Amino acid sequence: MRHPLSRPAARLAPLLAGLALAAPLAASAAPDLDDWGAVRDAARGQNVYWNAWGGDTRTNGYIAWVAQRMAERHGVEVVHVKLDDTGTAVSRVVAEKAAGNVDEGSIDLIWINGENFAAMRERELLYGPFAEALPNFALTRPEANPEVVTDFTLPTEGYESPWGKAQITFYYDSRELRGDSDELRGDGEGVAEPPGSIEALLDWARAHPGRFTYPRIPDFTGSTFLKQALIALTDRREALYAPVEESDFAAVTAPLWEYLDALHPHLWRDGRQFPDSGPALRGLMGDGELALAFTFYPSEPAAAVADFELPESTRSYVLDDGTLGNVHFVAIPFNSPHKAGALVLANFLLSPEAQAHKQDLTVWGDRTVLDVAHLDEATRSLFAIDAENPAMLAPEALHKTLAEPHPSWMTALQAAWQARYTAR
Amino acid sequence: MLLRLTPTLIVTLLVGPILAGLAMALLPAFGYLPALGGESLSLAPWRELLAQPGLARSTGLSLAVGLVTTAVSLAAVLLFLAGAAGTRLDRWLRRAVSPLLSLPHAAAAFGLAFLIAPSGLIARLLSPGLTGWERPPDLVILQDPWGLSLMAGLILKEIPFLLLMSLAALPQLDAPRRVAMARSLGYRPTIAWLKTVAPALYPLIRLPVYAVIAFATSVVDVALILGPTLPPTLAVAVLEWFNDPDLSMRFLAAAGAVLQLGVTLAALALWWALECLVRRLGKRWLVNGARVRGDRLLRLAGRGILLANTLAAGLGLVGLALASLAGFWRFPAALPDPFTLQHWQRALPTLGGPVTTTLLIAVAATLPALVLALAALENEQRGARRPAQGRLRSALTLLYLPLIVPQIAFLFGLVVLLEGLGLRARLGLVIFAHLLFVLPYVFLSLAEAYRRLDPRWARLALSLGHSPAGVFWRVRLPMLLAPLLTAAAVGLAVSIGQYLPTLLPGAGRVATVTTEAVALAGGGNGRVIGVWALVQAALPLLGFIVALGLPRLLWSNRRGLRGTP
Amino acid sequence: MNTPTVLRLEQVRIALAGRLLVEVDAEIGPGEVLTLMGPSGVGKSTLLAFIAGFLDPAFAAGGRVSLAGRELTTLPAEARRVGLLFQDPLLFPHLSVAGNLRFGMPRREADKRARIDQALAEVGLAGFGERDPATLSGGQQARVALLRLLLSRPAAALLDEPFSRLDRALRGETRRLVFARLAEAGLPCLLVTHDHEDAEAAGGPVIILE
Repeated sequence: MRHPLSRPAARLAPLLAGLALAAPLAASAAPDLDDWGAVRDAARGQNVYWNAWGGDTRTNGYIAWVAQRMAERHGVEVVHVKLDDTGTAVSRVVAEKAAGNVDEGSIDLIWINGENFAAMRERELLYGPFAEALPNFALTRPEANPEVVTDFTLPTEGYESPWGKAQITFYYDSRELRGDSDELRGDGEGVAEPPGSIEALLDWARAHPGRFTYPRIPDFTGSTFLKQALIALTDRREALYAPVEESDFAAVTAPLWEYLDALHPHLWRDGRQFPDSGPALRGLMGDGELALAFTFYPSEPAAAVADFELPESTRSYVLDDGTLGNVHFVAIPFNSPHKAGALVLANFLLSPEAQAHKQDLTVWGDRTVLDVAHLDEATRSLFAIDAENPAMLAPEALHKTLAEPHPSWMTALQAAWQARYTAR
Repeated sequence: MLLRLTPTLIVTLLVGPILAGLAMALLPAFGYLPALGGESLSLAPWRELLAQPGLARSTGLSLAVGLVTTAVSLAAVLLFLAGAAGTRLDRWLRRAVSPLLSLPHAAAAFGLAFLIAPSGLIARLLSPGLTGWERPPDLVILQDPWGLSLMAGLILKEIPFLLLMSLAALPQLDAPRRVAMARSLGYRPTIAWLKTVAPALYPLIRLPVYAVIAFATSVVDVALILGPTLPPTLAVAVLEWFNDPDLSMRFLAAAGAVLQLGVTLAALALWWALECLVRRLGKRWLVNGARVRGDRLLRLAGRGILLANTLAAGLGLVGLALASLAGFWRFPAALPDPFTLQHWQRALPTLGGPVTTTLLIAVAATLPALVLALAALENEQRGARRPAQGRLRSALTLLYLPLIVPQIAFLFGLVVLLEGLGLRARLGLVIFAHLLFVLPYVFLSLAEAYRRLDPRWARLALSLGHSPAGVFWRVRLPMLLAPLLTAAAVGLAVSIGQYLPTLLPGAGRVATVTTEAVALAGGGNGRVIGVWALVQAALPLLGFIVALGLPRLLWSNRRGLRGTP
Repeated sequence: MNTPTVLRLEQVRIALAGRLLVEVDAEIGPGEVLTLMGPSGVGKSTLLAFIAGFLDPAFAAGGRVSLAGRELTTLPAEARRVGLLFQDPLLFPHLSVAGNLRFGMPRREADKRARIDQALAEVGLAGFGERDPATLSGGQQARVALLRLLLSRPAAALLDEPFSRLDRALRGETRRLVFARLAEAGLPCLLVTHDHEDAEAAGGPVIILE
């Protein structure tokens, strides 16, 4: 997810039109979605290549568990193709289409959302609509939870199936920050409260130079930080929910650059260097280099404490006005040769068993997309969140969710950031 | 008959894909790639390339990293060899060369990162006692914008490479007698070596030196771990453009790949100019009669760098091991508290697949490489042609081609070509790409022993009535078992360490311990990186242990074969 | 065999880059030793290589070499049946003493084992068959090398300074043994040496090259 679609799509349009002529779409081996039994039968014995970002071991461990279950239950061999960047997979499908490969693609399922989904939809690289045909999809109650069918303002139209929920969550070491233990830090930064807003973050960074940073753009988590800051700072928030071309980018984003220019000198490494990814922030927190960090996965801090990566004094919170949240999905490329297997896998990912296992702190801690309140009693108990865990965010904190801007903003912000801060 | 074709076969095998790959990078660089709608030649990709933020800096960085890495590594090796006096330390440093060489670049880079990071082992050992640091200092050490940590990571691996190449070449020079002669004229030993042996040694290791320049200017995996980020080195930038979902970026990436080739060639040209300069200045120095001053300093410098290098690699591994066993590890504690096996237990189920794939690729690339190298060398022997003469020798210098053309430049084009041809045998392509790099190293490692084997053994066996084939199977092979296994271990190690030749032809689907370890780099989870980097380091080492141990076991009752011939 | 095993060198000329190195015309009868002497670099060993079939292609050679009436120069080395003894015994380090002897024996020879045991006993090495050649003394190794040559049933023997690496005390003894056994086997021998004592012990004609 680190790579931006940094070129304007307009320039690509004629090229793609030419390609579409050269390689007509053939929905290869498309299973009959009305007959789920037949889909399951067709899936048996298939190898499903699931391309998913592989930068986090907990996610990888969960996917390995899924693979094992799929082999046992459905006779489907799931191969996790670990990406360092979801853009790579998009590029691969584009390349395959360009080479006229319409039925023997190398990707069967892809973990995706936001600008990558928008790009694949725009270029007609996805198979679908399929989501509503998945028996477990109804458990998400889309009519009551529009976020499971909306991806960065775009309707998913059944071309991707929801998998999990993320929301920006800040965390810090209370022993250091609040001076809960005064044995070590006697340097005066002791009793400060963690910043509750983007504006307060700047003051906090001034007071604690070198103790905060964000991942290097175009990293996904880093880009989300930019959007979070932009939402807080701009006076034209509504413009962010329409394509970027429809507004004056420079004017809308001017407060953001002003803010970043002021913030950077007080960041880790004076803002001349940024960590590679969201998980890298966690590593720096664990090493004591940072005092404040954030993540897209609300339960990550608690999980990391259990894994010895963060100290037990870790605490989580969200900003006072709420933080950005989104749903992440899985989609099937148009040229996947194992669509039946991919469908059965997507359906399994939505099962209460798989969703509950995913939410388990000791496994991954990614929140479920199912409407838990409407599940039956026994199933609901699987999703109980351990409110006792001190590093865990209080569940009510997550009600303050800000919606993702239109995907074109992500791309534009990334390009502008890179042009502004590369080789500076 | 088949034997006679092997040199041609090898050269075709190596040169063909490289030229094809370069061509397929060159065409899109000038806008021609019909599959993507580029039907006419244009300079647009170059204009776009030049407009990329930080391009000049990326290019300069790659050039500087290549030259500085090579200069420091070469100087360290020459100074060490000059000052080595056969003390226990010197012998130990020499013995450490082979295991160091087997250490994959990525693992070495991770180890170094664990050592020198602001929260690394060194800072922990010195803190807070000597430094007063209660928490990691906010210092730019890793991924510094000047590429210093990248250079250090490369030097860590290039010193053992150049040292081994020098040790292989030295026996031809009769260094002890040259030094003895100079000493009898009043030269101190180190100066004597530098003035009488080094000028003769350099031409013999010139090609390996060029390979180091090419590698350091274009390396990807080490640069991903230790290199600067805003902007990254040119090769890393090209890889990012290549992976961009916007396919029109491929034209830009192709131009970048061609630029990378240019940068590497420029670095080689600069080095060559430097060679001329040093030769000219050196001529006067060689005969200026200075024979005493600086001897001690030079000797200490050589040994010091070698010692620091070996210790850094070793301590880096220790750091990796500690991290892989670490529970929470608050700075500045020197040891984690508590220790836990959890990271290993968790990684174990996911290790199997990549380890199997890694070994499969390594064996599948090394076996044909061994067969081809043996066939070419045997052909050379039967032709009774001395390696120093004839066209064969010059043709086989082409073996260095894959080591001198930057990987990103031709692999990139090769992948475009293969995608165009619709080839989808991913694993097969990866094995083939590995063969391109395994074959030269296997050949170079085997050739020395093969050519040095006393020709009288073969003559004797022939005169006793054995056919040439019989001599090969019953005399040469058993007598060369140890070097053969060493060459196999070198081949395996080279294959295990490959990053780009796995990533690009494998379309990311082929996961080896190296690609997995590098992919984890961005995650910044030191504990998991520790596990994977150790596994990555252990695999080639196992190969070397087998290569050293097996002959001892097989020839346990044959004293004449127990030492490495 | 009707034709007596005579090694005949007819107008053999070897040149390197147009410069004539050796020119020999000689006939060596069964059990006879022809000694070639001369300073290093005159091409003594080159002549041996030519006869045995290992001449480097850089050299230009002319003339005929025949052994027991067979023309040798057109045959590959392994078919010439010309045995070699070098300065070093060159016992294959990966084979046992007996393995070395067996390595040289014709493929279909009957009763190899008994012949090996007997041959070893005759030179005072009884029971050495399974030994690692690297554990033998210099003199013992020289004897094994001689046995290997004899057991391979050559039709002629070429000796390239075979005694020069032995110390003085051993040299005389070994020399006597070698020449006695070669004569006994009735082989025509060509000896290349620096050492006048070798030539004297060989007892045959001497050609001095310069």
